Amino acid sequence: MARSRFVGDAGLTVRMTTVIFLLGALLVVLVVGIGLAFRSPGIGLLVAVGGIGFAVYQWANSDKVAMRAMRAREVTPQEAPELHGVIDRLCALADMPKPRVGVADTPVPNAFATGRSPERAVVCVTTGILGMLTAEELEGVLAHELSHVAHRDVLVMTVASSAGIAAGALTQGAQYGAFFGGNRRDNNNGGLPIWLVVLVVSLVVYAVSFVLLRLLSRYRELAADRAGAYLTMRPDALASALQKITGGINQIPQRDLRQVRAASALCIAPAISGVSLKTLTSTHPSLEQRLEQLARIQAELSRPGAQ
Amino acid sequence: MGLWETISGRTKPKRANLDALFLVPSAAITLQTAAGLTPTGDGSVCYRAASGAGFHQTQAEVLALLRGSADAPEVQTSSDAFGFTWLQVHRDPDDPEGMAGLCTDLHAVNTTLESEGFGPGLLCSLVPFADPAGRRVGLVYLYKKGTFYPFAPAGPQQRDNLLELQVRDTLRAELPIEPELSGWLALWGAPGL
Repeated sequence: MARSRFVGDAGLTVRMTTVIFLLGALLVVLVVGIGLAFRSPGIGLLVAVGGIGFAVYQWANSDKVAMRAMRAREVTPQEAPELHGVIDRLCALADMPKPRVGVADTPVPNAFATGRSPERAVVCVTTGILGMLTAEELEGVLAHELSHVAHRDVLVMTVASSAGIAAGALTQGAQYGAFFGGNRRDNNNGGLPIWLVVLVVSLVVYAVSFVLLRLLSRYRELAADRAGAYLTMRPDALASALQKITGGINQIPQRDLRQVRAASALCIAPAISGVSLKTLTSTHPSLEQRLEQLARIQAELSRPGAQ
Repeated sequence: MGLWETISGRTKPKRANLDALFLVPSAAITLQTAAGLTPTGDGSVCYRAASGAGFHQTQAEVLALLRGSADAPEVQTSSDAFGFTWLQVHRDPDDPEGMAGLCTDLHAVNTTLESEGFGPGLLCSLVPFADPAGRRVGLVYLYKKGTFYPFAPAGPQQRDNLLELQVRDTLRAELPIEPELSGWLALWGAPGL
């Protein structure tokens, strides 16, 4: 029986599935809360369907939207032969369909993957990262991005955010309700205006969803780091790439950061930095955490074989 | 990928499919009779060398294993522009048992690497053939897909597609050929071609 060098992380899996479950529960809370406020379960379900529907729409257009946000353009194998060559080999190693390849012309060093499924995916790098990393480090970064594609992270994150999307829309709607609906009170609720109940419920759901989504995003990043390291068998290359990139982003002046804000969650390193990076609100795990996981994988891979 | 793998964010690394290499000797005979392509006696395995002491030790074991047998072939390793390692084996092409011996050698390399847990790093195997006109075709075996395909370089960054399709049609009945033409990965600078 062949020995496996895969370092499972049961803790990470448990935490990830718990967060996903909680996000699902949050949607149920929203549906029930709205249903109670309007005394009609139909409206609650309508809200849920609306949230999920908008999330699905976002997911379906994710590749076009992200490419536009990062101002990336697709490149052919003739235009970027080395980039395509590296991705070709990684896809052959992983046995996955080859995504489209894009390049964004910006000095911010970053890479991202997007697209609704592994068959319709795009992997983009910036010219900043192409200039900054060695070929091996770039390969580690690309393996991380391909792992995002293989894990269907865009789909998972978009579906997980449906509760937050619905709640966010309701917070806006509830404020309009306050403006136009006046003081229509539901006497059975002890005199609380409907719009207030809706506002409070959706605010609470939105806040909890925000924190949970950030948590989920960090866990998915760690999972992609792990899968990418095993794909290239070189955790040290990804580790040194991360150190270079995270250092590099801090040196880029403020004015470049605004254009990458939208797609930050899909990138390899948070493109916004130096702006109140409290751990709770960060979409990416800390550099120390990522390096620690890569060190564990490196130790397992370099352990001498059993005699 | 199943629902559980999607939720837990864990893809199992694809296991390499090692046994189809033993179909190559009979395919070589077919190529010789039907297309006039003779084996050059070379064979190589392409893999990702993992960083660290464990892999170096395993690689040294593999080389010792190959060189230690009674009719040892010539063995050498090199690395290519993409950072992959090629382990090349050469046996006398005129020896009738040469091709079978070559495939056994390549299989030994693969199983040793796999038993030490480095199976996910295996990319492909390559057995080059040449025709009297000097054109070279490599029969490439992709481990993760378990399929073969021909690769015929005809100059820098150029492939002889007609020759490749001809080889495919010749071997279609014998080997599992990769059905998607987009999966016929180019291996520029591969040893033996």
